[in-house]
Amino acid sequence: MNEIILEVRQLVTEIHQRRGWLRVVDDVSFNVRRGEIVGLVGESGCGKSMTAFSLMQLFPTPAARVTSGQIQFEDRDLAKLTADEMRRVRGAQIAMIFQDPATFLDPLMTLGNQIAEPLRAHNFAGNATARTRELVAQMGLPDPELMVRRYPHQVSGGQKQRALIASAMACAPKLLIADEPTTALDVTVQAQILDLMRDLRDQTGAAILLITHDLGVIAEMCDRVYVMYAGKIVEHNTTRELFRAPRHPYTQGLLRSTVSLESASAELFAIPGTVPNLNELPTGCRFAPRCPIANAQCKQEPPFVANDASAVACWNVERAAASDIWKLEIGS
Amino acid sequence: MLQGTNLIKDFRVRLGLFRGNANLRAVDNVSIAIQPGETVALVGESGSGKSTLGRMLLGLIPQTSGALSYRGTDFSQLQGDAQRQFRADVQAVFQDTSASLNPRRRIGDNVESPLIFNRRLSAQQARSESAQLLERVGLDPKTFASRFPHQLSGGQRQRVGLARALASQPKFIVADEPVSALDVSVRAQILKLMQELQAQDQLAYLFITHDLGVARLIAKRVMVMYLGAVVEEGNAADVFARPAHPYTHALTLAAPVPDPARARPARHLMGDIPSPLAPPTGCRFHPRCPYAQAICKTEVPPVREFENGHRSACHFAEQVRAG
Amino acid sequence: MANLRTGIAFSLIALCVVAAVFAPFLAPFDPFRGGADALLPPGSKSFILGSDHLGRDVLSELIFGARVSLAVGISAALSASVLGLVVGSLAGFFGGWVDGVLMRTSEFFQTLPRFVLALVIVAFFGSGIFKLIIVLAVLSWPPIARLVRAQILSLREATFVEAARLSGMGSLRIIAREILPNALAPVIVTGSLDIASAILLEASLSFFGLGDANLISWGGMLNVAQPYLRQAWWMAVFPGIAISLVVLSFNVLGDALNDALNPRLQETA
Repeated sequence: MNEIILEVRQLVTEIHQRRGWLRVVDDVSFNVRRGEIVGLVGESGCGKSMTAFSLMQLFPTPAARVTSGQIQFEDRDLAKLTADEMRRVRGAQIAMIFQDPATFLDPLMTLGNQIAEPLRAHNFAGNATARTRELVAQMGLPDPELMVRRYPHQVSGGQKQRALIASAMACAPKLLIADEPTTALDVTVQAQILDLMRDLRDQTGAAILLITHDLGVIAEMCDRVYVMYAGKIVEHNTTRELFRAPRHPYTQGLLRSTVSLESASAELFAIPGTVPNLNELPTGCRFAPRCPIANAQCKQEPPFVANDASAVACWNVERAAASDIWKLEIGS
Repeated sequence: MLQGTNLIKDFRVRLGLFRGNANLRAVDNVSIAIQPGETVALVGESGSGKSTLGRMLLGLIPQTSGALSYRGTDFSQLQGDAQRQFRADVQAVFQDTSASLNPRRRIGDNVESPLIFNRRLSAQQARSESAQLLERVGLDPKTFASRFPHQLSGGQRQRVGLARALASQPKFIVADEPVSALDVSVRAQILKLMQELQAQDQLAYLFITHDLGVARLIAKRVMVMYLGAVVEEGNAADVFARPAHPYTHALTLAAPVPDPARARPARHLMGDIPSPLAPPTGCRFHPRCPYAQAICKTEVPPVREFENGHRSACHFAEQVRAG
Repeated sequence: MANLRTGIAFSLIALCVVAAVFAPFLAPFDPFRGGADALLPPGSKSFILGSDHLGRDVLSELIFGARVSLAVGISAALSASVLGLVVGSLAGFFGGWVDGVLMRTSEFFQTLPRFVLALVIVAFFGSGIFKLIIVLAVLSWPPIARLVRAQILSLREATFVEAARLSGMGSLRIIAREILPNALAPVIVTGSLDIASAILLEASLSFFGLGDANLISWGGMLNVAQPYLRQAWWMAVFPGIAISLVVLSFNVLGDALNDALNPRLQETA
C-alpha cells in the first residue's frame, strides 16, 4: 500500500455564532494515501466542507477556527503552521477546487492568466506560458491557443471548471481537494469532469479528497469513503465494501434512499426525521433519534470509533449487520 | 385535460452594448398533453427549455405561437368562472424553496393566500384550513405557521410549497425540479410525500427534472428535451430501457450509479451543450452525437414512432434503439 | 460593539428630537433676545456654552436650531422617498416608454450639481424653510426612484411573485402585498441616509447666508460665527459638533435599519 500523505487526527473546528462557538467538525480523523481518491460524503451541514476548509486553513479567522487536532501533511502539522508558511503550501502542495467555478474565476482576467496565477505566486522556475499551454491541453480544453486568451464569460460551465482544475494542478500538487466539483454541472458534463479527474490522478499521482453528497459520484470515483453525519465520521471503509455491506444504520439508510435509474423500480425509502441542529445535539449517538435499533446506551453514550481500516461508530454493529434494520422500520 | 400544440417560445436577449438583440428560442415546436391523474416527467439539462415549457402550461408566460387549452377551452378564451377554475386547478411547486416563499410573510400567511384568493374562503376558514394543510404535509401547524421561511430547512420549506399548491385543490401540479436542491434523505421524504398526495387527490404531475432516476421512479410517461425541442418521448420504462435517441442514451450512461462493483460505461458524449442562442443546424444534437452522419448536419430529423407511443426525433432511431 | 454604536446614535437622535419638540421649555434663555453679555466664554454667568456677539445664549440657540435641522432633514427625506417610491414604482411596473421617460428625467436631475442648484434656486426665489425642503426633495428623489425600480424589476421575476399569481391574487394586490413590502426596506435605509445629507445641505446653505433668516439654524450659527472665530471659538465649535453628530447618527441609524429590516439577519428561533 502507498504511503500516507495526509493524516488528520481528532480535528475539531468551530465557527463563531451569537451564542458562542459551535462545533461543526467534531473529533474527525481520516487519512489519504499517495495517488488515492478518498471520498468524504454526507448531507448539507454535516461538516464535510468545513473539514476541507480546515485543511486549507481557508476561513476568516475570527469567524471560524481549528480548535484542536493534528493535520499531518507529509512531515508537517498544518495546524501548527503560520499564515505565511501555510500560504506556501496552499496552491503548491495542496490545491482546492469548488462547486461553482464561476465565482472562483476573476471575470476581468483571461483564463490563461488565471491558470498561470499559482505558478507566479509560487515562483515557478520554468516557462510559465509553456506550462499553461500544457495544462490547458491536458484538461482536454479545445484549441489551447485560443482558450488561454478567453475570459470566463466566453466559455461554458464545464470549461470554467476545467480551467479551475488546470489552475489547481499548475504546481503539480500532491493533494487535490475537490469540494462538490460537479454539483453545479449538467450530468453529461459532470461525467466528463469526473473522467478528467480520474485521468489526472493516474497521470500525476496526485491524491484527491473528493467531497460530495452524491453517492453515485463516490461509487464511481473513490477508493475509500468516509461517511459524515452531524459533524462526525460515522463509518469508513473501502468503497466496494461500504456499498456492498454498509454497517452504520445511517449509511444503510442513505444508500437505501438513493434513487438511481437501476433502483427506481424498487419502493421509495426515506429515513424518518431530520438531521439534528448542531445547537441541540443529542447526548449519546447523534443518529439515535432517527435510528430504528437505538437502545438506552445509544441515547446516553456517544459510540466509540476504532481507527482501523474499516471502522463504524455504532454500539449495535452486530445487530445492524445481522438483519435489514430499515425493513423492520417500514413494517412497524 | 391540459394540452399544448406546436408550442414555441422566443425570448429577446440583449447581447450588450453595440451588439443589439438576439432571438432565443427557448421552446421549439413542442406538443404535450396531460391526462388526469398521470405523471409525466420532463427530462433535460440546463437550457433545454423544460422550465419555460412548464411556465407556459401554468399560464405564467404567453406562448409565442402554438395553442394551449385546458379541458378543451383555449387559454385565451378562459374567462370568469372558467378562468378561476383553471387558476385553482393548475398549480406549481418550485426548485428554490427559499425564493418561492415570500420572505417577509409567515408560513401560515404563505399557505393562506390561495385559500383566500383562489377558493374565496374567509380569513378564519383559511386559517383553520391552512393548519390542516400543514399537518397533511407533515408539519406541525402550532410550531410552523408563525415562523418565517428562513427559519425552516429546505425540506420543510418544500413541504410548505406543497401545502400551498394543495390549498387551491388542484387537479394538476407542475413540479419544477422540486427535489434537486434537497439532500438525499430529504429528497426521498419529499418524493414519497408527493406520491402519497397524488394517490389521495388523484393529482396529475408534470415533473420537471434532470435526474433520470427520479423521473423513472415517479413517472409513467417521460419526455426528453434538448435545446428547446423534445427529442424522445414515451413510456418511462421503454425510453430508459431502450432509448431511441442518442441523447437519451448518453444521459442514461452519464449519471453515476451508486454501485462501485459495476463497470463504468464507456461514454462517447463529448463537449458541452451549445448555446441556445446559436443552436446547431439540422439535428441540434449532431455536434455531440456519436452516430452523426452528413445528413444530421443539414436535415432536421423527422419523428419516428415505435410501439406504445414511443417516439424519437433521430435519423438513426432504429439503430440507436437496437443498441 | 455595533449595538453600542447604534445605541449612542439612537440616543443622540432622540435627544435632538426632544430638544426640537420641547425647545421653549428646555432652553435656559430666549435665543432670539440678545443682551449686554456678548461674547462670553462657556461657563460664565450661567451661559453654559457661552454667548454670541449679540449676547444670545449659544445653548438655547442650539436647542432651537435642532428644530430647523430636523424639520428640514426629515421633511425633505420623506418627500424625496415618497416621490422616489411613486416614480420608481411606475417605471418598474409599467416599463416601456413610461419607464424610459421617468428614468431619463431622473438622470437629468442626477446630473445637476446639487449644491450649486440649491444655491441658485434659493438665490433666485429667496430663502424660506418650505422652499428649502422642496429644493432638497426635488434634488434627492432620483436615487430612490432608481432603487425602487431596480427592486421591482427583480422582484417581479421572483418565484414567490409567480406563486402569488398562481394563488389567484390580482396584480394590484401582488404589488401591494408581495412586491412593495420587499422593496421598502432599502428605501427606508436610503431615506434615513437622505435625512443626514439634507441636514448637511441645509447647514451648508445657511452657512452661506441662504437659510431662512427668521429662524435659528446650526448652519446659520456657523455663518454668524465667522468673523468671531478668533475671539469666540465656542460660537462655531458647538453648532459644528451638533451638525457632525446628528449627521453621523443618522448614517449609523441607516446601517442599523439595514440590518434590522433584513429578516435573514434576525436570530433564528
